[in-house]
Amino acid sequence: MSTTKGQSRSRKASSQDDGPVAERSRTAREAAAASNNGAETMPLDTEKILELYKKMNVIRLFEDAAQRGFRTGKVGGYLHLYSGQEAVATGLLEYFQDTDKVITAYRDHAHALLLGSHPTEVMAEIYGKGTGLVKGKGGSMHLFDVENGLWGGYGIVGGHIPLGVGMAYALRYQGTDGIVQLYFGDGAIHNGAFHEAANLAGLWGRDGMNPTLFILENNNYGMGTSVERATAMTDLSAKFDSYGIEHEDVDGMDLFAVLDVAKRAVQRVRETGKPYAIEAMTYRIAPHGAADFLERYRTKEEIAEWRKRDPIGLVEARLLESGVSDETLDGIKADAKAIVDEAVRFAEESPDPPLDELYTDVYADTVDTE
Amino acid sequence: MTVMTYREALRSAMTEEMERDESVVVMGEDIGVYGGTHLVTDGMLERFGPKRVIDTPIAEGGFTGAAIGMAMMGMRPIVEMMTWNFSFQAVDQIIQNAAKLRYFSGGQVSVPLVIRGPNGGGVQLSAQHTHSLEGFYGHFPGLKVVSPVTPHDVKGMMLTAIRDPNPVIFLEAGALYGTKGEVPEGEELVPFGEARIAREGTDVTLIGYGRQVNMLLRVADKLEREAESISAEVVDLRSIRPFDERTIVESVRKTNRAVVVQEQWRWYSVASEVAAILQEQAFDDLDAPVERVSGAEVPAPYARNLEIEAFPSEQQIVDAVHRVLYRKG
Ligand SMILES: Cc1ncc(C[n+]2csc(CCOP(=O)(O)OP(=O)(O)O)c2C)c(N)n1
Ligand SMILES: [Mg+2]
Repeated sequence: MSTTKGQSRSRKASSQDDGPVAERSRTAREAAAASNNGAETMPLDTEKILELYKKMNVIRLFEDAAQRGFRTGKVGGYLHLYSGQEAVATGLLEYFQDTDKVITAYRDHAHALLLGSHPTEVMAEIYGKGTGLVKGKGGSMHLFDVENGLWGGYGIVGGHIPLGVGMAYALRYQGTDGIVQLYFGDGAIHNGAFHEAANLAGLWGRDGMNPTLFILENNNYGMGTSVERATAMTDLSAKFDSYGIEHEDVDGMDLFAVLDVAKRAVQRVRETGKPYAIEAMTYRIAPHGAADFLERYRTKEEIAEWRKRDPIGLVEARLLESGVSDETLDGIKADAKAIVDEAVRFAEESPDPPLDELYTDVYADTVDTE
Repeated sequence: MTVMTYREALRSAMTEEMERDESVVVMGEDIGVYGGTHLVTDGMLERFGPKRVIDTPIAEGGFTGAAIGMAMMGMRPIVEMMTWNFSFQAVDQIIQNAAKLRYFSGGQVSVPLVIRGPNGGGVQLSAQHTHSLEGFYGHFPGLKVVSPVTPHDVKGMMLTAIRDPNPVIFLEAGALYGTKGEVPEGEELVPFGEARIAREGTDVTLIGYGRQVNMLLRVADKLEREAESISAEVVDLRSIRPFDERTIVESVRKTNRAVVVQEQWRWYSVASEVAAILQEQAFDDLDAPVERVSGAEVPAPYARNLEIEAFPSEQQIVDAVHRVLYRKG
C-alpha cells in the first residue's frame, strides 16, 4: 500500500496499486513512524505536561461546543474545527515568544486560544457577537488578535502564505528577533501562491532576511481530496527542496515529538533568519467544515484507526504512566469544561454588534496632509 | 415539462451536452469522487469516467488556464469554481487569456469555455467568501456573462453556454440550488442577450437578475396589496453581457419609472449601467430619476444582523418605489 510518506520512503510501493481511496491513504501507524519519537529526548516536567494537556482539552471541548452552536443554528457561515490536530499548534506555539507572529488559514480557533485570546471573545466571534475578537465582522475564519501575535485567520486557500513571508521580511527589516509561524494545509501546497512565496522565502533567506517557519499541517485531505489524488509527488515537504528550504517531518499526533522539533526549529529560524519547514503528519477527526459527506472520501474505519492515536489520548497515557492519578486528569478536564462553558455562556448572552459597526473599519484613518 | 431543482437543471444540461458532444468535459475541485460541494455534478463521474469528469487540486489559476488551453484545441471544458470567490486566483487567466485570445490572435483562435459556480452571499460567509461579480466580469469585452434565476433558464442558458464558441461566465444563484421549477424536456436553448419580463405591470419597472428577482416578485406582490395599489413590472435581466437594452427601455416607456436592484456594490456596477442606458434612451419617458438599490459599500460582514443590513431589503425596494412615484411610505 502506498502512503503519503511511505511512498517517498519506499518508492517502489508507489505505483502498483490503484485501490479505493481509503486503502491508499496513510495510516495512523505510518504517521507515527514519521519522526523518531521525541518522547525520548524531551525532558519535560509533569507540571508542564499537565499544562499542555489542559490546553489541548480546552481546544477539543471548545470545538465540540462550536459545533453544537452550529448545529443549533446559533453559529452561521463556515466552521472548520481543529479536533485531532491539537498537538501541532500546541507543541509549536509552546516556543512562541513576544516578538513572533502567527498566520494561518480558516482552521484557526486553536491558534487564537493558544496565543492567549480569551476563549469568551473567540466564542463570541464565532457566534457573530459584538464582543467577539473582531467585533463580529469576520467570524470563525477570520480570527485576529494582533496584540497576542495572531495575524489571522484567512479564507482563501493559499492566499495567506505570501503575507507570512512578507511579514517575516519585515521582522528582520525592523531589526527584531521575531519569527513568523506560518501554518497551511496539504491542499494549499498545490496553490500557486505557495510556490511563489516559498521561492521568495528561500531567496531572501540567503541574506538572513526571512525568518519564516513553514508549518505544513498534513491531515491528508484538502476537503474531500486526499494527498494521493492531488499530486504525483506525495512527499509534500520535498517541495521545499526546490526553493532551497530545509525541512523535516514530525508525527503531528505526538505532542512530545512536536515539542522536540519545534524547539530546535524555532531556535534555528530565529538565529539564522532563514526559512525552515516542518511537515506535521496529522489528522482531522472532524468533518472538513461543520459537516461533510465523509464516507465519500474516507471510511469510518480510517477515522476509528486514527482515533486510537488521538493526540490528547497519547498525552494522557504518558501522564498516567508517569504516575499522575485519574482524579488529577479528571480535575483538569473539569477545569477545561468550565472554561468552555463560560465561553459559550458569554457568547450566548452577548449583544449583536451595533448596526453602525457595518460601516466602520473599511479604511484606516488617513493622515492629515495639512 | 418536468419539475426539477436548479441544481438538477444544471446537471441535466451538462449531462445532455456531454452525451451529445464528446468534446465537453467538466473539471474542478471535488466535483468527481466527492460529487461536488454543492452536489451539482453528483453522479457524473460514475457516468462519464475520470477523463471527462476531472478532479483538480486547489489550483484555480492552473486548472482554469489549462481549461483555456483545452478550449483552444477544440475541447469544450466546463470549469466549476467551487464558489466564484475563488475565481480571483484565476482572474489573470480569465481576463488576460480567455477574454482576449480571439482578438489578439486576429480571429485565429477561439475559447469555447464555460466557467460556472455559485455567486452571491447571504449565508454569513463574511468578507472573503461573499461577492457578486456580474459587474466585475461584465466589464471585460470578450467575455459573456449570465446570471439566471429559474431552473428553466439555468438549463436553457447552460445549453447555450456550452455551445457558445466564446468564454462564458456562468454565475449561479448558490442560495437557490434547491429551489424547484418547471423545465422543458429536451433541447430548449435560452438565448443570451434577452431579458425576461417576470411579471407584467404598469406603474413602475423593477429591474434585477439572479436571486434578487425573487425578492422583486415578492415586493411586487406587496405593492399590489397596498391601499393605493401599485402595479410593478419585474424585468429579469438574465444576461449581463450581451445586454438587452430594448426590453428595459420598452418597459420604462410604459411605466415611466424604474428601480434597479442588485446585491453587488453600487459603484461601477450593473445598476449604474442600467441607469445610464435608461437616461440615454428613455430620457423623455422618465418621470423620476432611476433609483439604484445596492449592497452596502463595505466588505461583507459575518454577524447575521450586519449581513442583513448590508444587503438590499424588501423595505429598501418599497421605499425606492415610493420615491420614484413621489408617494409617502
Ligand atoms: C482558493 C480557494 N479554493 C477553494 C477553496 C475552498 N476550500 C476551503 S478549504 C479547502 C481545502 C483546503 O485543504 P488544506 O489546505 O489541506 O487545509 P485543511 O482544510 O485540511 O486544514 C478548500 C478546497 C478556498 N477556500 N480557496
Ligand atoms: Mg488538509
